[in-house]
Amino acid sequence: MDMRLNLPGLPDFGFKNPILTASGTFGYGVEFAPFGDLTALGGIVVKGLSLKPRPGNPMPRIAETPCGMLNAVGLQNSGVESFLKEKLPKLPWRELPVIANIYACDPGEFAELTSILAREQGIAAVEVNISCPNVKEGGILFGQDAAQAARVTEAVKRVAGDKPVIIKLSPNVTDIAAIAKAVEDAGADMISCINTLSGMGVDIRSRKPLLANVIGGLSGPAIKPVALRCVWQVCRAVTIPVIGIGGITSAEDVLEFMLVGAHAVQVGTANFIRPDFSFRLVQEFEQLVEKMGITDLEEFRGSLKL
Amino acid sequence: MNNEQCTTLKVLDNVPFGQVAGENLFFALRLERPEWKNWQPGQFVMVRPSGWAFDMLWARPFSICRVSPRDLVLFFQVVGRGTRRMAELKSGDDVLVWGPLGNGFAVEPDSPTLLLAGGIGIAPFVGYAHSHPKPWNLHMEFGHRMPLSCYPYESINEKIMGDAHLEEKPEDLTRFIELMDRRIAEHAEQNGLVLACGPTPFLKTVQHLALKHSARCQLSLETRMACGVGACLGCVTKVADDMHANGVAAGRAQVCNHGPVFWAHQVNLSEG
Repeated sequence: MDMRLNLPGLPDFGFKNPILTASGTFGYGVEFAPFGDLTALGGIVVKGLSLKPRPGNPMPRIAETPCGMLNAVGLQNSGVESFLKEKLPKLPWRELPVIANIYACDPGEFAELTSILAREQGIAAVEVNISCPNVKEGGILFGQDAAQAARVTEAVKRVAGDKPVIIKLSPNVTDIAAIAKAVEDAGADMISCINTLSGMGVDIRSRKPLLANVIGGLSGPAIKPVALRCVWQVCRAVTIPVIGIGGITSAEDVLEFMLVGAHAVQVGTANFIRPDFSFRLVQEFEQLVEKMGITDLEEFRGSLKL
Repeated sequence: MNNEQCTTLKVLDNVPFGQVAGENLFFALRLERPEWKNWQPGQFVMVRPSGWAFDMLWARPFSICRVSPRDLVLFFQVVGRGTRRMAELKSGDDVLVWGPLGNGFAVEPDSPTLLLAGGIGIAPFVGYAHSHPKPWNLHMEFGHRMPLSCYPYESINEKIMGDAHLEEKPEDLTRFIELMDRRIAEHAEQNGLVLACGPTPFLKTVQHLALKHSARCQLSLETRMACGVGACLGCVTKVADDMHANGVAAGRAQVCNHGPVFWAHQVNLSEG
């Protein structure tokens, strides 16, 4: 059956199927090409890009936790120009949406990055990270304040041209629906949520934190109930499409996020369980939808009975 | 071009080495032979037992110890939750394996080649010694803290020259470092190759000595990894500026897909 969903407000844009890969967990896509057919995915969101290269945080940067992991990578990347020159040409962007995830320290820099990406034929959309908890310059602030989030959204939209703008929300807020509404009103085309939950781990023997940055972002199946709650609240607050993210490890999980209203999902930490995870999930999802007798994903989406 | 695969393999056996109780347990995990076209000693695989639920998400990285027409052998020490669980693997169990990953050690058949191994770092040298076309050009010095029976030392010792050095007292370590110093100097004089694998403090010592003698030296790094394919950026090491090609961002490179083997002059182990 057709796995495409109409995206309200975006008549010329769509995902082949609702399963995308999340930024920071799928490299630049090319790393996973030996393990599956990239064009079978609904889309790829590449590792966060900044205007200039960033060295990221010191080691250790990752730690395994029960049903999850902590990371404080700190947006290590070689900069947007290097991505466009070295990585993008290797991706099958004609056959699937390649979404550029961007990070910056102020609205002007977000706009500068977006205007560079808006010129690129190979970029299908821009996902704006207003919620990275790992960077000390105040990355968290945009995502935690409705007015700031709206400012960034406006700045990006102004220069995005025909590229849809996705705003990625943080769960580390008191009212995620209020932030969602603010970015929708500021012109966002889509919302993706959630980014990682702020967390930490310690070692009682060495008496050291598990991460050099002390605080990091928790991801993996441990956070799925939080993600589901956030997606549900956001979907009730806005009319633009919502992409659910957080602890997805099965086809059932994909349908759970769609049931509460998501148009698509991003698979993150599960890509580390096995490198062919997302490719297998696309197949398992199609099988599950058929097995459950779902003939119209659009009808199923958001049909949670209360 | 790419030879990497993700496949489920059966455990043939999981044989304890040396002592079978206590804190320091060692195992040779023998798996079915994957359908690899080729591999190089120094490369590694990611291993995740199929029986693991989601309480532990990550696979664990292991150097390839040896590959024969019948099997793939890994050698591991129990050091944490994952390896403790892997110690329970039995014949017939399924494990998910992806690899071969990363780069291997340089092989220069006619160069005198010094293998320096610290503890469990001996694992990749089993395959190296057995696949080298001129093993008489190899010499190994092996430093260890547990009894020699804990390590696959015999299978190397039957093939190449070398010695094992038990470290019980601080003086033993001093003597071992002095010996490595002499050996590295000898190999540098002959424009030979020095290859090292072991814990980070050991690698730092080897690196220092190799730079002192201007020896051509490669180090196999050991770090925590989540994906093994270059995506998670959890296993990076600081590297020299001349490695700034191929997506190495701002002085840091992933150990998994830019290593695990690095030239000693290219890597900065200060964070390890």
